[in-house]
Amino acid sequence: MKRYLPFVIVVGVALVTFGSGAMLYRTKHEQLQAIPEDKALSANSGSGSPHIRGNPNAQVTLEEFGDFQCPPCGSFAGFAEELLKEYDSRLRIVFRHFPLTAHEHAREASLAAEAAGIQGRFWEMHDLLYREQATWSKAPNARELFESYAGTIGLNVDQFKKDMDGEQARARVDSDHARAESLEIKVTPSLYINGQPVDAKDKNPEGVRAAINAALAGKPHA
Amino acid sequence: MTVSRFRTILYTVVAIVAVAGLADATYLAVQSLTGETLSCGGSPDCFRVLGSSYAKVGGVPVALLGAFAYFCIFAFATFAAFGYVRARMFLILTIGAMFLATLWFLYVQAFLLHAYCRYCLFSAALTFLITGLLIAVPPAERRSGK
Repeated sequence: MKRYLPFVIVVGVALVTFGSGAMLYRTKHEQLQAIPEDKALSANSGSGSPHIRGNPNAQVTLEEFGDFQCPPCGSFAGFAEELLKEYDSRLRIVFRHFPLTAHEHAREASLAAEAAGIQGRFWEMHDLLYREQATWSKAPNARELFESYAGTIGLNVDQFKKDMDGEQARARVDSDHARAESLEIKVTPSLYINGQPVDAKDKNPEGVRAAINAALAGKPHA
Repeated sequence: MTVSRFRTILYTVVAIVAVAGLADATYLAVQSLTGETLSCGGSPDCFRVLGSSYAKVGGVPVALLGAFAYFCIFAFATFAAFGYVRARMFLILTIGAMFLATLWFLYVQAFLLHAYCRYCLFSAALTFLITGLLIAVPPAERRSGK
């Protein structure tokens, strides 16, 4: 019996490892639900109209739940610009705030973007925040930098400061956050194409392009 | 305590430590396979390391290779504890390769990514511990039959 014991132990550990790995995979595999009809963009889907980039009547809508302090969201922002050029009038991109609590300045950055949005410069601030992410993320007082960014993109800085603390910006960020939570989103960026979630493993240029192409072809993305 | 018994105990400890490494590497491999390392949501530094280009070799997650290596260490240490002489040689070769790989990944985290993944550091500590335990194993006497 002792002769076979090491084989039994090794095979046993292999089976336990494989089994627990498979169970963990099933548990962790993000199973996001599609956006229900009553929460679609055409319905009242948040506080005010959503931030849309691209053709507002485009065939394909890419809705992103992002966090300004999240590096993959920053990478995605650059890729999103490429997508808009590539798909031109067929694509529109909607940005939703989902600042993660783990990121110290993420909520403040969202408020800064909203305050800029009140003066009609949401996307300019969005781009600047992602471009300068590495700088303000590590700054002890990120707000001072946000105020300097407001000046850079030509905002009325005094108004910007008031709006950052105002109810309108807060309500907008909270509304987007609530929408994310209702969809059981846990990570950023979380992407939806025409209301269908993009699988975590497809959150790369090839995967996103394939999902957009499938939506253009009117097929559900696998 | 006889030398042979001491050796058996050390190989058993190596096998147990390897199981801890196997669990750690399996967890990271699952994270990589589910795409979780491409998103923010967990530890910021972990996704910086695990989502980097250094975390894959030819499209295969390094964590998956690590899990396989820890499993090999576990298997070889188990056989060595039962007196299989050849298993000791394979064990030394595997842990040697893992030791070098660990040094490389520590360098990557410290000097290229400037971010540390605590799961990777735990794995590095286990690899160093196993290396130390193997160095402490007294040289094997020649045996026949196994």
